[in-house]
Amino acid sequence: MDITELTVHELKERLDKCEITSEEITKAYLERIDEKEPDIDAFVTRLDQDAIKRAKEIDLSKKENKKLGEYAGIPIGIKDNMCTKGIKTTCSSRMLENFISPYDGTVVDKVLNQENMINLGKLNMDEFAMGSSTENSYFKKTRNPWDLSRVPGGSSGGSAAAVAANMVPWALGSDTGGSIRQPASLCGVVGLKPTYGLVSRYGLVAFASSLDQIGPITKDVKDSAILLSLIAGHDEKDTTSIDIPKKDYTLDLKNNVKGLRIGVSKEFFGDGINQEVKDALQQAIEKYKELGAIVEDTSLDIAEYALATYYIIACAEASSNLGRFDGIRYGYRTKNYETLKDIFINSRSEGFGAEVKRRIILGTYVLSSGYYDAYYKKAQQVRTLVKNEFAKNLEKYDILLTPTSPITAFRFGEKSENPLEMYLSDICTVSVNVAGLPGISIPCGLDKNGMPIGMQLIGNYFQEGTILNAAYTYEMNTHFRENYKPTFKGGNN
Amino acid sequence: MSRDDYEVVIGLEVHAELSTKTKIFCSCKTEFGGEPNTHCCPVCMAMPGALPVLNEKVLEYAVKAGLAMNSSISRDSKNDRKNYFYPDLPKSYQISQFDKPLCEHGYVEIEVHDGEKKKIGITRIHIEEDAGKLNHDDYGRCSLVDLNRAGVPLIEIVSEPDMRSVEEADIYLKKIKSILEYIEVSDCKMQEGSLRADVNISVRKRGQKEFGTRTEMKNMNSFKSISRALEYEIERQISVVENGGVIEQETLRWDEVSGKTFSMRDKEDAQDYRYFPEPDLAPIRLSEEYIENIRKNLPELPETRKQRYLNEYKLTEKEANTLTASKYLSDFFEKGVKISKNPKAICNWLLSDIARILNEKEFEPEDIPFTPEDLAELIGLIEKGTISSKIAKDVLEEMFENPKRPSKIIEEKGWVQISDENAIREIVLKIIGENPQSVSDFKNGKDKALGFLVGQAMKETKGKANPQMLNKMFQELM
Repeated sequence: MDITELTVHELKERLDKCEITSEEITKAYLERIDEKEPDIDAFVTRLDQDAIKRAKEIDLSKKENKKLGEYAGIPIGIKDNMCTKGIKTTCSSRMLENFISPYDGTVVDKVLNQENMINLGKLNMDEFAMGSSTENSYFKKTRNPWDLSRVPGGSSGGSAAAVAANMVPWALGSDTGGSIRQPASLCGVVGLKPTYGLVSRYGLVAFASSLDQIGPITKDVKDSAILLSLIAGHDEKDTTSIDIPKKDYTLDLKNNVKGLRIGVSKEFFGDGINQEVKDALQQAIEKYKELGAIVEDTSLDIAEYALATYYIIACAEASSNLGRFDGIRYGYRTKNYETLKDIFINSRSEGFGAEVKRRIILGTYVLSSGYYDAYYKKAQQVRTLVKNEFAKNLEKYDILLTPTSPITAFRFGEKSENPLEMYLSDICTVSVNVAGLPGISIPCGLDKNGMPIGMQLIGNYFQEGTILNAAYTYEMNTHFRENYKPTFKGGNN
Repeated sequence: MSRDDYEVVIGLEVHAELSTKTKIFCSCKTEFGGEPNTHCCPVCMAMPGALPVLNEKVLEYAVKAGLAMNSSISRDSKNDRKNYFYPDLPKSYQISQFDKPLCEHGYVEIEVHDGEKKKIGITRIHIEEDAGKLNHDDYGRCSLVDLNRAGVPLIEIVSEPDMRSVEEADIYLKKIKSILEYIEVSDCKMQEGSLRADVNISVRKRGQKEFGTRTEMKNMNSFKSISRALEYEIERQISVVENGGVIEQETLRWDEVSGKTFSMRDKEDAQDYRYFPEPDLAPIRLSEEYIENIRKNLPELPETRKQRYLNEYKLTEKEANTLTASKYLSDFFEKGVKISKNPKAICNWLLSDIARILNEKEFEPEDIPFTPEDLAELIGLIEKGTISSKIAKDVLEEMFENPKRPSKIIEEKGWVQISDENAIREIVLKIIGENPQSVSDFKNGKDKALGFLVGQAMKETKGKANPQMLNKMFQELM
């Protein structure tokens, strides 16, 4: 038995029966990382020594019947934009290359300190979560386990690739415009973006405050439901987190979609969507019908404006959120200065990469006096229209079904020369963030190159249970994970 | 043309630090002082990932201020970000309020010199966070950032340009300070920077309808420098206009030492703050009951208290005005009255001798080193004849120098009044024996001689003899 092939719920069963120890699990993963990391490059920071030490402690505590979290001793990987006390949090940026947070973010605290999971390391990402290929990392390019010459998607590319390559059993990602779902889709794993406000953002380095959410990236849907149950919940340190009762999302997994109303919006099956992706989605739709769901065509015509709206709002908030990286208190400071202004300008010019600077400039522009009304204010108005249009559709349908990404994993450099083309790869996911809804991506096939295709299911506010059950039912009746495995082919880039 | 041909137009933006125990967006202490960067946490230091949580006390205090200044309170308000880079601003944006302030359309009434009343409009009052402080090293080598003050809650009270003289601006500012003290939302310590003002000023020819171009002086923190700076700036603006020049709209820096204003930044640096709604905080919605509850529990304001002093204690208009202008002084007065039951005497001591000493020492009423109980005791000692009013003044001086209970001071200094009949008789006999001429003058009807003799007796006893008893005894024995 290869331990790293197992899902977390399978691991937990064996842990509970004392068939396996946390130390054995952790060692198996560290060996797997040793083997695959040279190909994948998913980690910014590895924590091998710490992980083994923690695993031994937890095994001992278990023997002594000390009170531990339900998932104590299960390893996890964390995207490098979540603050971890005493461990570097770099956001894959030169700006925070040596930054060590003095505190644990709320979600990190939950998984590491309350659940007693084992942190295997911090995972690579696009710098400050800005990008769709993880090529914007200052440190390294992460490769897609299905084809090493291709990107893993982004911005949570390190998290998705690590899960796909069995280097971590599950991982935390963050999603501002698709940064969990799109890399999950490109890497053939499950990625869930919760409803805005379901999971605390405290300790998540902010990109766009009104859009960011932390969510799970997992091998299967059940693990997604488990990890979501562990991280969801009101946090008094984040006033945008909603105070609703905690729940166990695994109870929603019924393997039954009879009578489930699914809307398929034609706008997400247009010219920009690759034919193989459309075909795979069509097959998934047939599967749902076969399983007893009611599938209908619908329209979300505001969706075409969502991308522009998204980039205006996200960049505006980012331009302000990233102001704190000024070279004064922490982070990168230029050596090249005489005046205060030099410190600000040179530290930021040298510390940020091109994409981050592009978005700061865009955001600064749309908030400037004289342009505010035409861009930012207009975008907020369109945002309301997007919400309304989704609300109308979600009265008629329990879930909406779309592709996660218009294309499968592309090659390195293929899109990084043209930012606008890169932005278009978010076309299916951003409107979900703009509306604040939950969305999940699950694999639903491979293209002719053997690259995974992802299906996105969108639910109503706080109806994570509904999309998880729909995803679970599909998974239980199609067995993607059993049929296909990453090949680690190629790799001459 | 002379200065009289010009009208002065002044508007004030007053920043008051609120005296909440904790900061506006985190639970760090607001206490002044403390080792640099000890009242800080990830939130007020703007660590990556940290988020603000609005302190509800700040809302309550700001609503209190709004109601006390006759404002309408917004049921639907929000926070906005004001973006700019400066080392004392850790997030590189200040959380403030832009287009939906908490309070609007208020006014305060001031009394100008001839007792005439004038309303000064309050455009708006909004909540925001204070920045940290830069400590410049003495040798100009570096500046050090102290974030203890970062995130201390402020209200900004913006007036209409309704003031027409330096004096009105001064009275207005004192009134704002007094109201904030009465409702106990700010300690208003100008020397600690917890009350500061940005001053806007312009001049125009009398009869002209449009305002002149204004200049602004920021962060003024004493009444004296505000008045001096305004006087200087009025003269400067008038002379620019008189010489055919044009006033430039700009921010000026007042230099206390040279007594001049200087241009602070050039126009190239014109700030665009890129205000936008703070996405980390929910909009502020206040219910009717919430506001009404604060209104009902609003403490007595200076105007009401003044009326009460006129009716209850029969003080003069001037006395009541002066006492109630400072909440501290007025509270001191009331505590004293409760014990001594002699409001007139307490008032007199506070407004004459105590006021004189405060003035000499450049003290605020808050700096009085003794308690109202001490003052009441002092007055009681005079009433009982234990000391004379003259000795009482010495006791008061001593109470400022080495604060102790008055009875203790008298005992230690041996200042108890001589009221023993035999002791008085002895002294009188001695003085009569030494001054035969005055005795015969008195007998010949020269009343002035009695005064002289009493004076001699007081001198002999170092002022401790009871003057009434001396008088009586001299007349008896002569």
